[in-house]
Amino acid sequence: MSILLVTEQQGGKWHRMSFEALAAAQAAAMGLDCPLVAAVVGSGVGELASELANKRVSEVAVLDSPALAEYSPDGFAAALRQAVEQTQPRVVLFPHTYQVRDLVPKLAASLGGCFVSDVVDMRFEGGEPIFVRQLFQGKLHADISACGEPPHFVSVQSGAYRADAVVESDTPAPISNVSLSLDTSAIRSRSEAPYQDAKDAVDLSAAKIIVSVGRGIQDPENIPQAEALAKALGGELAASRPICDNGWLPLERQIGSSGQTVAPNLYLALGISGAIQHVVGMKGAKTIVAINKDSGAPIFEIADYGIVADLFDVVPKLIEALGESN
Amino acid sequence: MNIFVCVKQVMARDSVIRLDEGATWVRDDGLTFEMNEPDTYALEEALRLKEKHGGEVVAVTAGPARSASTIREALAKGADRGIHIEDDRFVEADTHSTASALAAAIGREDHDLVLTGLQSDDSGFGQTGVILAEKLGLPHATIIMEIDASGSQLRCKRELEAGWFQTVTLPQPALLTIQSGINKVRYATLMGIKRARRKPLQRYSTDELGVDITAQQVVRRLYQPQQAKQTVFLEGGSREVAEELLNKLRFEARVI
Repeated sequence: MSILLVTEQQGGKWHRMSFEALAAAQAAAMGLDCPLVAAVVGSGVGELASELANKRVSEVAVLDSPALAEYSPDGFAAALRQAVEQTQPRVVLFPHTYQVRDLVPKLAASLGGCFVSDVVDMRFEGGEPIFVRQLFQGKLHADISACGEPPHFVSVQSGAYRADAVVESDTPAPISNVSLSLDTSAIRSRSEAPYQDAKDAVDLSAAKIIVSVGRGIQDPENIPQAEALAKALGGELAASRPICDNGWLPLERQIGSSGQTVAPNLYLALGISGAIQHVVGMKGAKTIVAINKDSGAPIFEIADYGIVADLFDVVPKLIEALGESN
Repeated sequence: MNIFVCVKQVMARDSVIRLDEGATWVRDDGLTFEMNEPDTYALEEALRLKEKHGGEVVAVTAGPARSASTIREALAKGADRGIHIEDDRFVEADTHSTASALAAAIGREDHDLVLTGLQSDDSGFGQTGVILAEKLGLPHATIIMEIDASGSQLRCKRELEAGWFQTVTLPQPALLTIQSGINKVRYATLMGIKRARRKPLQRYSTDELGVDITAQQVVRRLYQPQQAKQTVFLEGGSREVAEELLNKLRFEARVI
C-alpha cells in the first residue's frame, strides 16, 4: 500500500501548494513506512514530471492527456479514478486548493472512500494516521480517523506544511505513464479562460502596515474609524471576506484565500475572528495585533499582541496617542 | 424551474462552545441555532431564480428535530415547500451521510437545479454539495458568483483563487455551490412568517428513505488548538493599552 500524492499545475506551472502537499506526503510515507507515488495531471506535463522525480519519491506517475488540458470535474475524476485503481494507494493526498474542493468530494464519493479535507497536521499512531483539522471556524481542533476501506482521500491546508521541507533525492525516481481511457464526450461542463475583474488595482502585498477590519466593525458607518487608524499609522485599510460581501469595502481590499495574500511588517486585525480563509492570507505578517471582544477568537492563536476589548474603545485611543506623538 | 436548496442548521455564530463529555462534539444545551450563513445566500439565489424564471423553490435539510425551525425560516423567506429528513445522528454525521440523505429525498422528485452553500460554519468540510451532485448523477460547479439560467445551458461565474474567475457552462439539471456574498439576502416579512405556517413541510425518517448513516470518518477528540505564537495580552484601561501597544510596536517589534 502506498501514498499517492496528486499535485496541481496549470499551463505547465506548479500551483505553489503542490510542494507543501509533497512535504506532507513525504512525512506520511515516513510515518506509515510505505512508498510514495507522486502524480502530475494535465496535458504535456513531462517537464514537471522530471522535476518531481528529483524529489524523494518512489515513483512519479504521469496522467497526461489532451482531455486534461483544462480542468473539468468529470475529466479529472475519471482520470484519477483510473490512477487510483492502478496504484491501489492507502492514502491519496492533495493540496487543499479550490480545484481540489471542486474535484475530490466527487472523486472520493465515486470510489466510496472518505475525504478528510483541509487537514492542518497528521500524526501516526501504531501505523494508523490521525488527521487534525479545524472545526467551528477554527475555534476547535479535531483528531479524525478515516474508517472503511482505503483509499482515504486527504487534502492539506495551505501553510500547514512547508514547501522548503521537501526532501530532494540524489537519483531521479522512475517516471511511469498511467494508461488512461478518457471519453471527452462524457465531460459535461466547459470552462472558459480565467480572468480578473477590471478594478482599481490596490496592491496590498506591497503595504508595510495593514489595518484590517472584520465583522466586529458592525456597521459601514464605523469603517472611517479604522481608516483613520490606518492613516495615522501610515498603512493601508483591508478587510475580511464578510465585510466585502456586504459591500462595505471593495473586494480588492479583501485579505484571504479568495482575496490577496499579504506579509506586512504589521497587521492590525480589528474585530476579525480569524477564520482560516482569512488567516491563510495574512499569517505571514511579521507582527500581528488582534483586537477582539471574544477572548476565544482563533485570531489570538496567531497574534503577537492581543487586546481583548471593544475595538470602539481602543481604536480612538490609538488614534489619539498616535496624534500626540507625531 | 424546480429548484432544491439545501440548508443546514448550525449553532449561532457567537456561541460559547463547550465540549461534550467524551470531547468528541460540543454540547447542544443552552445554544441558539440559525441557518448556516453560506446557505442563506444559496436560498436567496434560488428565490431570485424563481422570480425570474418561475417554478418552485424547495428547501431541504437533514438534521435533528430542532432543524424544522430553519426550514420554517426558509419558507418564511419565500420557499414554496420544505423537506426535513429528521435524525438526531445528523448533528455529528459526516458529509457522506448527509449527502446520501439529501440525495435520497431530492432524487425522488423532478429537479432542474440543486443549490447548496459553499460550506457549513460548524464542520466546514465543504463537501456535501459536490458529493450530492455525484450521488444524483448531476454535473456540478462550485464557488459560484453569478448564475445565468436564461439559455438552454447554465452559464456561471466561478470564483478561482486570488481574485480570478472563470465562466463555466453546464447542462441542466445541475448542482451549484454558492459563494457567500453573491447577493444581498432578504429578511422574512411578518406576512411571510404567517404564510410559512400553511406551507407544506414533508418529514422523512432515514429509514423511510433507506439511508445508511455509517460514518466514513469519525472525530476521536476535540480540543482547544495550541497557540501558534506566544501572544502577549495587554490589559488595562483603553488609553493605557493603546499606549502600551504603541510602545511595544515601536520598541519591541520595531514595526512602526
